Amino acid sequence: MSESTIAARDGANVEFRQVGKALPRIDAPGKSHGKTRYAGDYVMPNMLHVKVLRSPIASARLLRIDVSEARKLAGVACVLTHEDLPDRLAPTDIPGQTGRKRLDTDQQILVRERVRYHGEPIALVAAETMAIAEQALDLIDFDLEPIPGVYDPVDALEPGAPIVQGTDNVVAKYKIRKGDTEAGFAAADVVIEKTYRTQFIEHAFLEPEVGLAWVDENQVINIRVSTQVIEHFRFIADAVGVPHNKVRILGSLVGGGFGGKEDVTVEIYLALLAKATGRPVRLCYTREDSFFGHGKRHPFTLTYRSGFTRQGKITALRVDMTADAGAYVYLSPYVLLYAIVAAPGPYRVDNLHVDARAVATNNMFTSAFRGFGAAQACIAYEQQMDEAAETLGIDPLELRRRNFLRTGDLISTGVPIESAVWSDECMTQAWEALGQRTPDDGPVKIGRGVATYQQSYGRITWLHDTSEAWVGIEVDGTVVVRSGVTDIGAGQVSALAQIAAELLGVNLTDVTVYNSDSATTPLAGTTTATRALYMTGNAVRLAAEAVRERLLGRAAREFAVAPGEVDMADNRAFVIDHPEQSMALKDLIAVCASEGIHRSELVMFRAPFTEGIDSETGQGRVHPDYAYGAQAVEVAVDTETGEITVLKSVGAHDVGLAINPDAVAGQIEGGAAQGQGYALSEELCYEEGQLVSPSFSEYLIPTAMDVPEYQAIILESRSGVGPFGAKGIGEPALTPVAPAIANAVADAIGVRIFDLPITPEKVVNALRRVAT
Amino acid sequence: MNREKQITFLVNGRELEAAVLPNETLLETLRGLGYFEVKSGCEKGDCGACAVLVDGEAVDSCLTLTWTVEAREITTVSGLGTVEDPHPLHTAFIERGAAQCGYCTPGLIIAAESMLRNDTREPNLDDMRLALSGNLCRCTGYTKVFDAVSEAARVTRQAGESK
Repeated sequence: MSESTIAARDGANVEFRQVGKALPRIDAPGKSHGKTRYAGDYVMPNMLHVKVLRSPIASARLLRIDVSEARKLAGVACVLTHEDLPDRLAPTDIPGQTGRKRLDTDQQILVRERVRYHGEPIALVAAETMAIAEQALDLIDFDLEPIPGVYDPVDALEPGAPIVQGTDNVVAKYKIRKGDTEAGFAAADVVIEKTYRTQFIEHAFLEPEVGLAWVDENQVINIRVSTQVIEHFRFIADAVGVPHNKVRILGSLVGGGFGGKEDVTVEIYLALLAKATGRPVRLCYTREDSFFGHGKRHPFTLTYRSGFTRQGKITALRVDMTADAGAYVYLSPYVLLYAIVAAPGPYRVDNLHVDARAVATNNMFTSAFRGFGAAQACIAYEQQMDEAAETLGIDPLELRRRNFLRTGDLISTGVPIESAVWSDECMTQAWEALGQRTPDDGPVKIGRGVATYQQSYGRITWLHDTSEAWVGIEVDGTVVVRSGVTDIGAGQVSALAQIAAELLGVNLTDVTVYNSDSATTPLAGTTTATRALYMTGNAVRLAAEAVRERLLGRAAREFAVAPGEVDMADNRAFVIDHPEQSMALKDLIAVCASEGIHRSELVMFRAPFTEGIDSETGQGRVHPDYAYGAQAVEVAVDTETGEITVLKSVGAHDVGLAINPDAVAGQIEGGAAQGQGYALSEELCYEEGQLVSPSFSEYLIPTAMDVPEYQAIILESRSGVGPFGAKGIGEPALTPVAPAIANAVADAIGVRIFDLPITPEKVVNALRRVAT
Repeated sequence: MNREKQITFLVNGRELEAAVLPNETLLETLRGLGYFEVKSGCEKGDCGACAVLVDGEAVDSCLTLTWTVEAREITTVSGLGTVEDPHPLHTAFIERGAAQCGYCTPGLIIAAESMLRNDTREPNLDDMRLALSGNLCRCTGYTKVFDAVSEAARVTRQAGESK
């Protein structure tokens, strides 16, 4: 696709009044004043408190469970074990809008016979107070017989390894066969092969999982819950054994998600207990529960074998990936798919061979986490580029420039990239923003690194993703948006308000958004996969445009001009060339209302639909589009203590168009911090499947003491498939950060640490190895 | 066992009385009384989401036993100002986009206010880092939080000078 085609795409050269402005988000006042009510802030009369009994070991057989003493305790209303549950499983596949189940991933709700991971739920207690519920947990008598487990994916693939579930430990496999890698390696002047490893990490959202459920007069199980996905009502209904229209999910503003609230967490337990007791039930995870209560980021082992010409052109790439899926399937197959699509990064690789597998172990199950497999691939391909640059004696930025994809090139899965690829612009700007290089200071060595990426936005195209939204205008000229979308903190809802305000000629504060209620707001799909703005933004845009068209048509009659000659802004409708000819929006609405002109619209936006990729070659469309950008960092490494300080960190991303630049910058800065933790300090330590670090004093996310002032650079190609040419920024903001830091550390100390996180201990040991 | 004691204290300028067990935390008491702006994030003093001012000093309410605040003055984020008459920190957090998911925001504002009350000079980045080091935020990377606190400090200083 030519440059001119991009410039002519949707939204280009349009001047906006609301969109593109760094306005305070509509959710900001409530949050700053402490008025926002999260799911955990709701209580009901006669409410019971729930606690979960978890397995203290990772692999065992449940021989016996006796809850009679717990049931006898005064104040205990209900105790549930697997014996009390209907003969049903909990679906854990990706929630789709089509109702089609895609993978056989159903799992036990409470342990039946076999414990597969440390922390797996065994029993539920509902009691009058939290203290009684806790006491009751202690009164549950159970015998677990430890059985051999498997805790390393490589071991799990050995013949004779303990089987976690089913008949073998391979949870998913994907491959790519593109071009001729043998010929490509034969044409290479230099071949580089390295292995990179990433660790288990935790989302560490500040609001632990929480929900409140009650059964209403229509036998509907209502669940107010902190979730990224209200469409889980279907899975919950299936698990509990009621029709889909008898479960309602009411979301609230979510206190952080990052993928960790993409799967069902507390909902099924609450539904079962509300049904069993007939009373409202509340379950709020402690922080320790939360460490056990949702899937983690997949550790990956990635071996990259790359062929380059002396001039630095990639001739072939062979990749082998193994991911630890943990004890249950959850979203592992999809995470693995994202990793293979991302395997070559933002580079043109004509000869590509990828083999990837996700393997079951008795570790904590792994699932969605911002970056979703593509982040792990980036950690490998961007370190590999620096390794290659050093071997070839080419500047790392220049080596990247010689290989970046261009619009129209075929990506890993053989489809052309249709939007802008501004990798070079982003990388160059991020690098230049680092400014003057800080000098070394004795044992403290300074290093710089960069990383670029390709990250999808929008869901896998064979999930047939849709999003519905309703937009209407009240008789006083204020605007209402209804969308099921959940807001997990990135400003998803405020962006919708900004789009509606733009199109209906009102101010942002004139828009109210009702969201996240499976009973009363049109289903918008998940807030995952960097899809919320793309999908729901488009739906709101289409709905608002339909209303706008009718209002402009009626106003044109009033002014005796053509509809195209009328515009709306500042709560008025006016003739574009004669702005003195105008009327208040509320007067126009009054006319429309009295004439029965429809002032609202319900719209469904559809992503492109495909039917899957070729299973032998991995070729075919997987995503609607991709985002590109870069992170550049400067670090100081104390070579005596191994301590690493991030001095400067700049993210530059082509977001297509920033609906709200402050919100976009917030994503970039937050991604920079999360990626820094991924690179340097965060690791969930499992010993034989036992989690030994279930607290924030052991699992170290960056604090205010650890961060530089992050810099965000926003580029706008207006070439995306989102509203007004927007792409997405949720996941992209995180993806390049950890490899940029790894590259900076290697630059500083002259030796690379191939396993994340890069701890002081590893730095000191690596320097010792080099010295001897 | 149930040795409840009547405790009297001030919350956001209002005198309250509650029957409190010796092991009850201020976090539990405040949330039980409907002060839901006091957030629970870890109940171990690791995250700072539950921070409130006790006689002007920020404390983790999850580590504070309610018996110890008898007759003392407690301020939550909602007690610093109202939507109509906001505190400079409220305004700055709104205008600078310092709240994302917002769950840590009440604690961050309380920690910042504690710093400003103790040191109303222009806080530099290291002052702010230290003051906010007990408050975890997973969304923002703290950059816009630093912006907002600097801005609120500037506004507070100017208001002080014009008096």
